[in-house]
Amino acid sequence: MFLTGDLGYAALEPLREALGKRFINAGVAEQHMISMAAGLARKGFRPWCYSIAPFIYARPFEQIRNDLCMHNLPVVLVGNGGGYGYGVMGATHHAIEDYGALLSLTNMRCFVPAFDGDVSAMIDRLMASPTPAYFRLGRTELPKGMAQPHYLNWRKLCGGGGATLLAVGPIVGGVLDAARKMDEASRPSIWLVGELPLIDVPPEFKSDVTRSQRLVVIEEHVPHGSVGQMVAHRLLLDGASPRWFAHRTAQAYPSGRYGSQLFHRKESALDVASIMDLLKTGATHG
Amino acid sequence: MNKHPLNPAFVRQARRRLLRMHFEAGVGHIGGNLSALDILLTLYHEVMTPQDEFVLSKGHAAGALYLTLWTLGLLSEEELTTFHQENTRLSGHPPPNAIPAIAFATGSLGHGSGLANGLALAERLRGGKGHVFCLTSDGEWNEGSSWESLIFARHQRLNLTLIVDLNGLQGFGSTAEVANLDPLAEKFRAFGLHTIEVDGHDLSALRTVLTPFASNAGPRIVVAKTRKGCGVSFMEDRMEWHYLPLNPAQYAAALKELDEETDRGRH
Repeated sequence: MFLTGDLGYAALEPLREALGKRFINAGVAEQHMISMAAGLARKGFRPWCYSIAPFIYARPFEQIRNDLCMHNLPVVLVGNGGGYGYGVMGATHHAIEDYGALLSLTNMRCFVPAFDGDVSAMIDRLMASPTPAYFRLGRTELPKGMAQPHYLNWRKLCGGGGATLLAVGPIVGGVLDAARKMDEASRPSIWLVGELPLIDVPPEFKSDVTRSQRLVVIEEHVPHGSVGQMVAHRLLLDGASPRWFAHRTAQAYPSGRYGSQLFHRKESALDVASIMDLLKTGATHG
Repeated sequence: MNKHPLNPAFVRQARRRLLRMHFEAGVGHIGGNLSALDILLTLYHEVMTPQDEFVLSKGHAAGALYLTLWTLGLLSEEELTTFHQENTRLSGHPPPNAIPAIAFATGSLGHGSGLANGLALAERLRGGKGHVFCLTSDGEWNEGSSWESLIFARHQRLNLTLIVDLNGLQGFGSTAEVANLDPLAEKFRAFGLHTIEVDGHDLSALRTVLTPFASNAGPRIVVAKTRKGCGVSFMEDRMEWHYLPLNPAQYAAALKELDEETDRGRH
């Protein structure tokens, strides 16, 4: 069952054809769309609700909280344009606090694909999810010539003798591309996580942090409710904190100017050059 | 489920028990519970079939819903005494996932009509014959989400009945003072909805208008004119009874009035 908040032109038409009566354009009325999805889920349907990311998680936040999460109903919220994905369309269309806000709700899980190939794997997992979930879509930045990495929740995309870097979502692509051009001894060990919240971290990741003693987390999301906070919390609890920790996050709109996704990443020092500079700084620590 | 044909004595007993619940719990919201009770009793005892669904959008009338479920044998006397106490399932607004007969936790206004739309759409997609009923307050039509639901229900011709408990009072004033929607029934008609106005304390009239007349007739709205605090003269149409608990003297006076109620010819 697929519900859209009146979006999907030149994209969702084949899905509409395939689903027939199970495809509903719920109109520009996101609060109602979520409540209705709860009613459908209560009767055994598995609704997927689609819109531009902020319109699916922020506008109907109370409906998500009360109607979906309190009842633990398996409704999937599909948000297109995670982070600064909508670029120069402006701040109202950005989603830089989405998974942090949603993960504050009981029973909610968030899925953040990084590459095209992750999407179908995550859809399979979402179809089987017994809880409400949010699917944060972005645009793949897989380096040219690189094969689609096999999907896992936690993946080590690149080994190296440098710092440990943990990324969320497509932003990892550019860093991965730059790291591949470095020698193995100095390049970062790059990890990617796709499913939130972080309940635990794998022993291999923890071993990597213990080895490097330098951890960098990058994500197109504000610090509050971020993966950086979650992983720092987890490592503190486990007594496995590295000596050096850096966290690059979305800084909202420091200049008050608007531009492409890359423009906003640069303003938040989340572009590849800034992150590589950070890693060089980190090399003098530990 | 123990359904009873409604008669004045049965309704009076239910009203007495509802007052006792609120008195013993020391809680308010009694006014909006009394305005909704006749509607709930009629729905559950005389209108709804086992395949029908009900959503209480005005979650602050949870007491009246619990009481109604008690009259049906779906909640025990022992459990009813836990209303609003520590370690209860019967919280001040309906709880999630706790009572099989209660589909949804409500209490924040403007959710129930959307939830009801989902239930009705699911029923249609499944080819079922069940009807969905949803009881809203009148103040909750201040909420934009209520109108979103209305537009969708009308557009999709969903098989459901929205009931408005039109008691004329909301949280901090009368509906006329706060954000006047009068004439509300005309606004629903302007949306193209089949709209029926009824005395929300006339059991016979309620039974007639609430009984669905066709399985695919589209949505309809029953605007039930009610009195907040109905049955207790010093509570009727007074906003403070949205909040105040009863003291012992008020409780005794209220019970006395209910005992004399037949003299007023209400039922």
